[in-house]
Amino acid sequence: MSARLARIGFLAPIAVYLVLFFGYPLVSNITMAMREFTAASFYTGDAPFVGFENYAAVFGDPVFGTALLNTAVFTVASLAFQFAIGLALAVFFQRHFPLNGVLRSVLLLPWLLPLVVSGTVWRWIYDQEYGVLNQVLLSTGVIESEIPWLASTSVALTAVTVANIWVGIPFNMVILYGGLQGIPTQLYEAASLDGAGPWKRFTNITWPLLRPVSAVVLMLGLVYTLKVFDVIMVLTQGGPANATETLTTWAYSLSFGDLNFGAGAATGNLLIVLALVFAVLYLRSTRESAAAEQERS
Amino acid sequence: MVVRTRVRRAFRTVIALVIVGVLLFPLYWMVNASLQPSSALLETPPRWSPIGGTLDGYREAIQEQGRPLLNSIIIAVGTVTFTLAISVPAAYALSRFRLPGTGVLLFALLLVQMIPGIVMANSLYAVMNQMGILGTHVALILADSTLAVPFAVLILRAFMVTVPTELGEAAMVDGAGHGRILWSVILPVSRNAVITAGLFGFLFAWADFLFAVTLNSDDTIMPVTVGIYRFIGAHTANWNAVMATGVIASIPAAILIIAAQRYVAAGVTGGALKD
Repeated sequence: MSARLARIGFLAPIAVYLVLFFGYPLVSNITMAMREFTAASFYTGDAPFVGFENYAAVFGDPVFGTALLNTAVFTVASLAFQFAIGLALAVFFQRHFPLNGVLRSVLLLPWLLPLVVSGTVWRWIYDQEYGVLNQVLLSTGVIESEIPWLASTSVALTAVTVANIWVGIPFNMVILYGGLQGIPTQLYEAASLDGAGPWKRFTNITWPLLRPVSAVVLMLGLVYTLKVFDVIMVLTQGGPANATETLTTWAYSLSFGDLNFGAGAATGNLLIVLALVFAVLYLRSTRESAAAEQERS
Repeated sequence: MVVRTRVRRAFRTVIALVIVGVLLFPLYWMVNASLQPSSALLETPPRWSPIGGTLDGYREAIQEQGRPLLNSIIIAVGTVTFTLAISVPAAYALSRFRLPGTGVLLFALLLVQMIPGIVMANSLYAVMNQMGILGTHVALILADSTLAVPFAVLILRAFMVTVPTELGEAAMVDGAGHGRILWSVILPVSRNAVITAGLFGFLFAWADFLFAVTLNSDDTIMPVTVGIYRFIGAHTANWNAVMATGVIASIPAAILIIAAQRYVAAGVTGGALKD
């Protein structure tokens, strides 16, 4: 009996913690989204129930469409480039050469820095007048006049996405590198003996065997990218004219800018649903590939 | 033959150095700007090297950001302490006891890491407002722990599962309880996992911006991330001081890379792939 109590004693803190710090906030976010919850509600405790009005208001807001599209573009472009560049680097670093280990770990630095710092650095690089990007492009004659990277509605989203890709490359590289290490070298040796070139070896061995790890990386990348807040806030705060507004930054400005916490909560819940949908798709795809594998063997 | 391999390998190192140079250029550019006099940053063409520069930026950074840096240290250390206090017993229990609901708990820990931070901030704001702790170190420590606890439990458990049960059983025969076994048998052998969990908890809290800017709306206990953010807004001309603050704020990550390389690698892959 006391042994049982001891066991409960070990698990109780984490159980209470999960309920208090994840369960309760999640539930309160759902109820908050169904109330007219404003700054005054915090003082008066008065937040009238409005059903799905907050959601209707969010969907009806013209910014919603912009934010949704920006989120999609930002996420897809970030994932595609982070993954492709990360994979190329992982394949490259699989070769043996002096300083390999040291250089590989130095490359992690952008991923470990506070995102606010990375954002700040990119803001300085993108600076219209004194930023190194414009200065180099001007002096090499690529552009004729300065590009307002962060102030123009047509390029701001690209600029923000590039900064985010830079942040994500090391993470992709490290995990994919780990996945590559798990592929038996005999397979490559056998393929070489059969006369398969590097590209053929990549498409026939590396790519299929790396699939599970690729799925994990893309899934985690998706979850991280949907959450991205710091980089956008530091670079553009969602502007100019909502050109870089994503669902995350919009939820922030609804709650903490307009003090419309109900609408902010509703937008946040949409983000959760989005993340969940992809999580389920991912789980299903891994299960299917596992099943296919079993059939094959 | 041997010479040819050596040349080829040296050539690869050169390529790798170029890759590192390109990818880390933004960081070089930060260090470069932090060491320039502020007037030099408004010159065209830019000064490519900080040689002959100044520490003015750092002086201003420490003057203006000293307090925020201290706040960040307090919050990060607090987060690590709180996180480990909750996670170590939990990981031990999840790795040793066959209790119903273990699977559900592990799945929950994986899932909660996917909740967007803005959702957490939104509802924690309401909760902490009720508790009257908004704008305190405690509020940020608790909020930052939500980033660190799930990760810590998962990585600690993944390690403790690999510790042979005989280690604890021997002590149990001698009459030691679970608390004693955890403290004097399991913890010492799990040192690396504990260090990894602690280091990442520190980094998560140190880098947090979202909670710091939302749960602390009047900036009473501004950590350095918010400090930099306000700094850019206020002094767009003093890029050297802004960049110097950025360099100082990057020191924990840099130390990690140098001093704790293997723990970092363990953290990156462990958190993502185990289970």
